[in-house]
Amino acid sequence: AGKSKVDDDVLDNLEEVLISSDVGVDTTLKIIERIEERVDRDKYLGTDELNLILREEIAGLLSETSGEDATDFVIPENKKPYVLMVVGVNGVGKTTTIGKLAAQFKKKGLNVVLGAADTFRAAAIDQLQVWADRVDVPLVRQDMGSDPASVAYDTLKSAVAKNADVVIIDTAGRLHNKINLMTELTKIKRVMQKVVADAPHDVLLVLDGSTGQNAFEQAKQFTLATEVTALAVTKLDGTAKGGVVIGISDQFKIPVKYIGVGEGIDDLQVFNKFEFVDSFFK
Amino acid sequence: MFNNLSDKLDKALHLLKGHGKITEVNVADTLKEVRRALLDADVNFKIAKDFTTRVKEKALGQDVLTTLNPGQLMVKLVKDELTELMGGETAGVNLTGSPTVILMAGLQGSGKTTFSGKLANYLKTKKTKQVLLVGADVYRPAAINQLQVVGEQIGVEVYAEIENKNPVEIAQNAIAYAKANGKNTVIIDTAGRLAIDEALMTEISNIHKAVTPQETLFVVDSMTGQDAVNTAKAFNDLLNFDGVVLTKLDGDTRGGAALTIKSVVNKPIKFIGTGEKMEAIDVFYPERMADRILGM
Ligand SMILES: Nc1nc2c(ncn2[C@@H]2O[C@H](COP(=O)(O)OP(=O)(O)OP(=O)(O)O)[C@@H](O)[C@H]2O)c(=O)[nH]1
Ligand SMILES: Nc1nc2c(ncn2[C@@H]2O[C@H](COP(=O)(O)OP(=O)(O)OP(=O)(O)O)[C@@H](O)[C@H]2O)c(=O)[nH]1
Ligand SMILES: [K+]
Ligand SMILES: [Mg+2]
Ligand SMILES: [Mg+2]
Repeated sequence: AGKSKVDDDVLDNLEEVLISSDVGVDTTLKIIERIEERVDRDKYLGTDELNLILREEIAGLLSETSGEDATDFVIPENKKPYVLMVVGVNGVGKTTTIGKLAAQFKKKGLNVVLGAADTFRAAAIDQLQVWADRVDVPLVRQDMGSDPASVAYDTLKSAVAKNADVVIIDTAGRLHNKINLMTELTKIKRVMQKVVADAPHDVLLVLDGSTGQNAFEQAKQFTLATEVTALAVTKLDGTAKGGVVIGISDQFKIPVKYIGVGEGIDDLQVFNKFEFVDSFFK
Repeated sequence: MFNNLSDKLDKALHLLKGHGKITEVNVADTLKEVRRALLDADVNFKIAKDFTTRVKEKALGQDVLTTLNPGQLMVKLVKDELTELMGGETAGVNLTGSPTVILMAGLQGSGKTTFSGKLANYLKTKKTKQVLLVGADVYRPAAINQLQVVGEQIGVEVYAEIENKNPVEIAQNAIAYAKANGKNTVIIDTAGRLAIDEALMTEISNIHKAVTPQETLFVVDSMTGQDAVNTAKAFNDLLNFDGVVLTKLDGDTRGGAALTIKSVVNKPIKFIGTGEKMEAIDVFYPERMADRILGM
């Protein structure tokens, strides 16, 4: 406050804001360098312009991956059923995000089928059943402890028989450093392809917005195992900012599609990069 | 991108090689790297700054010991300081009270329900306690079912009131039930909540006041980033909790949140979670955590 020129103090303060938003040191330095370059170019750059430039520079890191206007999943006409697989580490919000997404697809008039391929965690199937009932869409399930790939297979079979538009497959949370569990995801994919050759059409990696720099390694390992095509960042209704996705989106060229902003059925928003950046300063 | 701290320190400490004495200049250069590594491990921005300032004070003026080169001395200073900060008196669980009441609190998905089961199993098998698990999460879909499955897995009774949406009442009734049924330990699982959710924070404060637990445990995901500082402070301001549980340490996070939380609330980290299974519980070792944060 009270400053009109972008000087070291202003940049130090910016560094603190970005680091405190979990942007990470590397990405923060990258952003600050870009801003320093612009300050050098335009000597009269003032702090009132800083915000604008910052938005542009961060958006630049996200732009190759996230469209100018935030977009939903596009469901191609010729992909029926369109298959979405949801993955991520433990407790990030996969099952909840699936419930919310199912509600959004249904609202658009699409027929949705859910598959409870988390057969491991206690009452994971019951939890997804509650969501399926809430949204009023069918759920394909087997008993706890059964083979998740077999549940995914059944779900796709059922969706094809019902002529459904969209299938969403829930998977058990797993830490990305557990090789066997990561291989299991690859197997689930392969088994689904016996029913729908190019399934899954999208793989959504859910990241917890309060996670720090470990999210990088999560993105890396899940991408290796499942070719992640989109990100959702949850729990942004709290004080956490989720800034780590800037570097992830930049490095792995994966778009951020959604943010979770609560536990309710309507608390899923399409990602907007400008609003996202602005939230760091609130 | 993922060079660990010991690599970075090694690199930075090359600057020190050949110096007979740790001077202000080379300490500053090294500490810049230490600070950066702490930030990469998710230690809070301000706490990383304070930490490096403190290490600097300790480093300055120390003559090089004959058995150590300056690099090793710096590593030792950093590690000792970290260990000390995260340690303090190692407090076990307070098992006084009849029954002993243990209350879980934390953000959504941090691992409260799983840890409730682990702790119940630990107290049952290691301390021969008669444990009652209480399902006081009335919000999350199938939260009670989850606790019931966990209870079945470890052979511990679960108290639940499916129709009751008042967690304060459920907790009070559970304690009465425990007394009447020979249970000497009650573990109350609660819903996840954000620190800024006033209604739910008031609710857990009310549960806390109503049951006056011997142990209130703050359960936190070890992958947490910079927000750990806000959350730990808010929960502690309200509940004055007794200890911290760090979950999901079977991952590869460096876990800098441990240092942040300890620095902010100065409460002992009592347990760690190292897996999804009921046996995956361990006590906390500050030195191991220091190594982990430092990537050593
Ligand atoms: N505040 C908030 N809570 C959320 C959000 N998304 C999910 N949650 C909560 O986070 C907790 C975990 O969510 P789940 O959907 O069970 O997460 P998951 O990834 O399926 O978990 P596992 O299957 O156990 O790995 C639940 O309490 C959810 O209600 C969000 O956007 N905001
Ligand atoms: N790998 C690993 N997973 C864990 C650990 N502790 C809990 N989990 C997993 O993390 C996820 C969330 O755990 P929960 O116990 O449901 O978390 P919670 O805090 O009760 O969640 P809410 O009630 O929704 O707030 C589940 O998939 C657990 O299996 C741990 O130490 N290691
Ligand atoms: K937020
Ligand atoms: Mg789930
Ligand atoms: Mg729970």
